[in-house]
Amino acid sequence: MRLILDLARGMLSRRRRQTLISVLGVALGVAFFIAIASLMRGFQTFFIEQVIDVQPHIVLKDETRSPLPQAAELALPEGAVAVSNVKPRERVRGIRSAGEKVATLEAIPGASVAPILTGAALLRFGSRDVTITVTGMDPERFRRVSNLEKDMLEGRLEDLRAAANGLIIGAVLAQRLGVQVGDTVIAVSPRGVSLQMKVVGLFHTGLVNLDLSAGYTLLKVNQILQDRPNVVNQILVRLADVTRAEPLAREIEARFGDRTESWEEQNRNFLTVFVIQNAIMYSVTGAILLVAAFGIYNIISTVVFEKTRDIAILKSLGFTEGDVQRLFLVQGVVAGLLGALLGCLLGQLMIEGLAQVRFRTETPAGTDRFILARDWRIFAVASFFAVASAALAAVIPARRAARLDPVQIVRGAA
Amino acid sequence: MSGAPLIAAEGVTRILPEGVTLVADISLTIGRGEFVAVTGPSGSGKSSLLYLLGLLDRPSAGRVLLEGRDTAALAAPELAALRLARLGFVFQFHFLLPEFSARDNVLIPIRRLGALPPAEAQARALALLDALGLADAAAKMPEQLSGGMRQRVAIARALANDPALLLADEPTGNLDSRNATAVFDIFARLALEERRTVIVVTHDAEFARRATRRIHLVDGRIVSDERR
Repeated sequence: MRLILDLARGMLSRRRRQTLISVLGVALGVAFFIAIASLMRGFQTFFIEQVIDVQPHIVLKDETRSPLPQAAELALPEGAVAVSNVKPRERVRGIRSAGEKVATLEAIPGASVAPILTGAALLRFGSRDVTITVTGMDPERFRRVSNLEKDMLEGRLEDLRAAANGLIIGAVLAQRLGVQVGDTVIAVSPRGVSLQMKVVGLFHTGLVNLDLSAGYTLLKVNQILQDRPNVVNQILVRLADVTRAEPLAREIEARFGDRTESWEEQNRNFLTVFVIQNAIMYSVTGAILLVAAFGIYNIISTVVFEKTRDIAILKSLGFTEGDVQRLFLVQGVVAGLLGALLGCLLGQLMIEGLAQVRFRTETPAGTDRFILARDWRIFAVASFFAVASAALAAVIPARRAARLDPVQIVRGAA
Repeated sequence: MSGAPLIAAEGVTRILPEGVTLVADISLTIGRGEFVAVTGPSGSGKSSLLYLLGLLDRPSAGRVLLEGRDTAALAAPELAALRLARLGFVFQFHFLLPEFSARDNVLIPIRRLGALPPAEAQARALALLDALGLADAAAKMPEQLSGGMRQRVAIARALANDPALLLADEPTGNLDSRNATAVFDIFARLALEERRTVIVVTHDAEFARRATRRIHLVDGRIVSDERR
């Protein structure tokens, strides 16, 4: 094998410039792949982490996935029953026996659980009014399933207990209403209940819809506001291990019957976007590598063409077809390896370059720079594809070289 | 095996796919230590016979036996192994690999066979070059050598694995008369003094005269086979 390597090096050295260009082609493909993958992976990971950070990992809702079966359908399971225009049943909505369910969920290792009641309310301050979603919760439990405490600009979650009908709203909303901490606003629910509430805290998450239209109060205060005593309409669960969310959600739903969504299900829309983004990235860099592979094919073909005499003499000396094929495959793999190595260096440089870029404005993500994933696996994947495509590109000319008939070449040269 | 002739052809015929007959029904045996010159007009099938005897080409009919062993039944890699260990080729064109020094060219078959440790392989390559008067040229690249020197390097390479049979196809064809004589003397020495078996295809009558056996071909058939 050392001999094959030496021969391969000798043959490639004759075509140094052309070899360099094919190697550069591979290197550029690898470098772009690394830079783009790092950029997109970084952004996606950041985004997902944000989502995982601000959202509970599992949400139990007071709904079922399919409408309740009608009596006629139950009575005649085999019959062709069609019931149309079914109205929602008049019952108090909410999760039934929530207390037991919370206790069951809390038994799951690594799980933090918070029962909440959400509902719409109109906030009125002077002549201005804004509709918000009020979340009624218990601060001790809620702080373990959300980031609200970290996002507080003024006041603390405990301050809700200090004031009668305390309310925490977004700083942006407060600014829009002209409200400051300590002011009293009037909240009116769809049921017509009206409460005077005192703003005890302000938060800022950076997510516009939360900052503009979310409010937090104690669970029992919201139960009064919504006129739904003792009702809980969501149970939020946060897990130590995020990856267990989806299977666990399915398990919970099967057990309790309540619609249970993991963070993945709730964010399926943009997770799908990520899949498409990745597909685009892989096809673009795949195309670059394809072009690079053509470069490799070209150089190996040229070498085979130029080296027919050498191939003939090697065969007459006793080299087998396998030896000759390996000799040219090795050249492809060497070019691929060199390209991968150079590409990794170049990719690293590109990442460092991108890391220096500063935006003039803050992005919604809250940073003024690219978020880059520095993951050795990206380098490994890029290098693997480069070497594999180079080897594949070399197979065709290598096989042609192996099949050359030395007698014909010797005869032609004489 | 010692009883069998070194190489034997039995009814060997080679017809190209296009229908051209290169070699027609040739039978011959060549014993150890023979110095054979194959002559004939161009297109008479001399080179084709050499390639068949050298296991580079397969006959369309008949068989070639090397040291009593029928080579028709052997697969391509086994033929390659025989060429590597038992045969040495010299062609009209030297066919040295241009990226490797004279010594490294001689080392290629030695390393491929892999029977010698690196240091001994180096020593053997240098000894072979030295024997052909090329001691000073060992480190030179082929393009730095004269035509006659290149051909001598090619001969050293053919001798690399101490072959039982040396085959040469017009080895002086590309050389001027002075170099041709030198190369020619080498073959004579290898055959007559070192008692190697040598088959040389040549159109050089002077060369042929010094061989111990002359085979004359016309239209792919042996028309005369005389021993001196």
